[in-house]
Amino acid sequence: MTALPLLDVRDLTVEFTTRRGIVKAVQHVDVTVAKGETVAIVGESGSGKSVTSYAVMRILDRAGRIAEGSITFSGLDLRAADETEMRNLRGREMSMIFQNPRAALNPIRKVGRQIEDVLMQHAQAGSQDATAKAINLLEQVRIARPRERYHAYPFELSGGMCQRIVIALALACRPQLLIADEPTTGLDVTTQKTVMDLMVELTRQRGMSTILITHDLGLAATYCDRVTVMEKGHVVETATARAIFTAPEHAYTRRLMRATPRPGVSLRDLLPEDAARPTAQVLPISTDKTPLLAVEKLVKEYPRQGAAKSLKNLFRSGPSPEPETFRAVDGISFTVGRGESVGLVGESGCGKSTTSTIVMRLIDATDGLIQFDGEDIGAIPAKKFATLPIRKRIQMVFQDPTDSLNPRFTAARAIADPILRLGDVRGRDAVRTRCEELAQQVGLPVDLLDRFPHQLSGGQKARVGIARAIALRPELVILDEPTAALDVSVQAVVLNLLQELKESLGMSYLFVSHDLNVVRLLCDRVLVMRGGRIVEQGPTEKVLFAPEADYTRELLAAIPHPTFEQDKPLDHVRSA
Amino acid sequence: MTEIAANTPALPSPAGGGGSGMRPASGLIALLRHTRYVLSENPVTAFAAGLFLLIVIAAAFGPFIVPYDPYASNTAMALKPPSAAHWFGTDQLGRDVFSRVIVATQLDFFIAIASVALVFLMGGLAGVAAGFYGGWTDRIVGRIADTIMAFPLFVLAMGIVAALGNTVQNIILATAIVNFPLYARIARAEANVRREAGFVMAARLSGNSDARIVLAQVLPNIMPIMVVQMSLTMGYAILNAAGLSFIGLGVRPPTAEWGIMVAEGAAFMVSGEWWIAFFPGAALMVAVFCFNLLGDGLRDIVDPQRRT
Repeated sequence: MTALPLLDVRDLTVEFTTRRGIVKAVQHVDVTVAKGETVAIVGESGSGKSVTSYAVMRILDRAGRIAEGSITFSGLDLRAADETEMRNLRGREMSMIFQNPRAALNPIRKVGRQIEDVLMQHAQAGSQDATAKAINLLEQVRIARPRERYHAYPFELSGGMCQRIVIALALACRPQLLIADEPTTGLDVTTQKTVMDLMVELTRQRGMSTILITHDLGLAATYCDRVTVMEKGHVVETATARAIFTAPEHAYTRRLMRATPRPGVSLRDLLPEDAARPTAQVLPISTDKTPLLAVEKLVKEYPRQGAAKSLKNLFRSGPSPEPETFRAVDGISFTVGRGESVGLVGESGCGKSTTSTIVMRLIDATDGLIQFDGEDIGAIPAKKFATLPIRKRIQMVFQDPTDSLNPRFTAARAIADPILRLGDVRGRDAVRTRCEELAQQVGLPVDLLDRFPHQLSGGQKARVGIARAIALRPELVILDEPTAALDVSVQAVVLNLLQELKESLGMSYLFVSHDLNVVRLLCDRVLVMRGGRIVEQGPTEKVLFAPEADYTRELLAAIPHPTFEQDKPLDHVRSA
Repeated sequence: MTEIAANTPALPSPAGGGGSGMRPASGLIALLRHTRYVLSENPVTAFAAGLFLLIVIAAAFGPFIVPYDPYASNTAMALKPPSAAHWFGTDQLGRDVFSRVIVATQLDFFIAIASVALVFLMGGLAGVAAGFYGGWTDRIVGRIADTIMAFPLFVLAMGIVAALGNTVQNIILATAIVNFPLYARIARAEANVRREAGFVMAARLSGNSDARIVLAQVLPNIMPIMVVQMSLTMGYAILNAAGLSFIGLGVRPPTAEWGIMVAEGAAFMVSGEWWIAFFPGAALMVAVFCFNLLGDGLRDIVDPQRRT
């Protein structure tokens, strides 16, 4: 390590003025980044990891201010720098990659032009060579056919490609420091791997320093030299990636490590050691061998839409090569037994959500058979299904706990909704009692029932969603990525809750997810989907440890796990 | 705002209890507390709310508190400038302008409220249905709105009143119809965004019919923006009603109404008796100003996101 670090943050405290007075989002934080070093800042939501980086870039919003501490960037005091100096530094000396690549790009400007803009802004290129330099940058971030893609608009590119464009933008002026704020959070695992590999390779080549802000310890340990763990605005631990992974010192780091789903652990292992074990008795599973849900040759076609496309067809000579319809789900068959949980895994666009929505009877299938408990529910139009009594028996937990709760309904009202519509409980007090009972079942404090969704934390909102789904004692619950929007420690709790509820209520689960590690914890069987088809299915352990399909292998390989994990098993850590 | 929200410590475990430390009080008290907060944060809204309160008092108790009978003519006192006895002076028939301005508040306020309520019902519901169902509903509502928009709005209002007759009901109806496209479009856009929202799907799973989802789930969510719109339209409705009266298509003299009073006073402006037209005009301006300012404040009060 050189004597003088590139970035030296000392004793940083950031305050926000809110209506309840001043909130200290970050307190006495020290972060140093040496030249050429990759440092990860890891923490759960609200830990202050993003605020720290915003303070470094001096892009805190108006309510926030740096109250204490110093930020030194290659000898320059950033806290004292004025706005003009900062504007020169941003982009040229230090640049940033944000979580949502699509939001970071101007939607109505060609991506090539956007790269040129940055180059010209910082006088890295003139009007003659800007295009050539932009294409060169596109090449460097491995965009195939860069000359063509130069003219593409962001909406024509996939999420992964957009993130590569953003990386090209960030690296355009050869900055010394790159801050990547959750750069791959919205991306599929395989895309995440290519983007991260690319980013690390490019920054190493250029001798750049990188700060990677992430909630994913595995990602941090795989790609970074050092890891700083933050909790509630404080740095709790800073160590090399290896040390953090093999011998975490702070209790919070250990807890975070424990809560991260990984091979070789069970659901219970995710919870802190002192967590109370549930005493719910396990309901004997019905011996009826006929499957609860049987789906056969399910097909869903969507018409290819867009006036632009048909216009293009009009002027194109020769027959149109594209079919008129697009098959989102292409003839899949599977079963879910009584008391069984089946995982449905795949990357975005593979048709898993379409499948679950059809099984849920929210949309109609184009073709195929859906049998629920012997009844052909596929034949009932989705429009009619909502008010039928059979609706009670199939319920769903949604992906985004915030989006799936009506912002103007209190928690109690949200849970009561299915009871009022389809339930057999009548009368104000009886419904309230049932709500409280459900709240207790999902571990939601009863006094939170009168709050609105925005007054609840992510985990609490997830509990409300689960309580609503089980309110009618359904037999089949479809879980659509129920923990994707949650922090790992909350995820651990919610997954355990789901498992307990399944055992005590005797429900079956169809668990839709992109995360193989999570599926492994909760499911007996797994279906792997790609392009509307099932590429592999079988018992969870077999699919995950001896996968037959190449695609499954590819998915498994893309999950970030640090290579030094093997030489010191995690069980060792846990017993320490 | 979002930045702060993102950094409020989340509560991972249920054992934590109160995240915000403040127990949500029962509905009304919470609303009042929140209102007080919004007003104290935003002095302009507080000012507008104060004006609004004055208007409401004038509308409710006007006839009982004015010093003179607004319809009693007294030719001996005709065309007197503002004085201690007659604050706003007297008109050509010797009627007290101050009394007339105050008493007129009731009628103008009533026309505004009634037309806004009517257009909210018509435009709001049609728009929400159009946005939620799409397809033919959307097309029909959209074309109706387009047809109305194709006319100069005031001319359309004139036409409606001229065709249906010179009554207060018809002024209300005409004002509501010319505002229909505005409400239908806003409601349509807002409902359209929420059509695919998770909570709408969840409501379907809970066995709600489409109509119930529209009324009980979607409509309450677009209320904040509709309320803002209603406040802004209130000002426009008052102007519209006064404008119709001004050109002789509204309420008839001798009824005390700001538009007629301005029209009557306009003839005397040239000869120097400015107060007859000025004070009702000023009242009109203050009312419109107040409703426009209030719009923004109202949005903060009815938006649950701002109620922490």
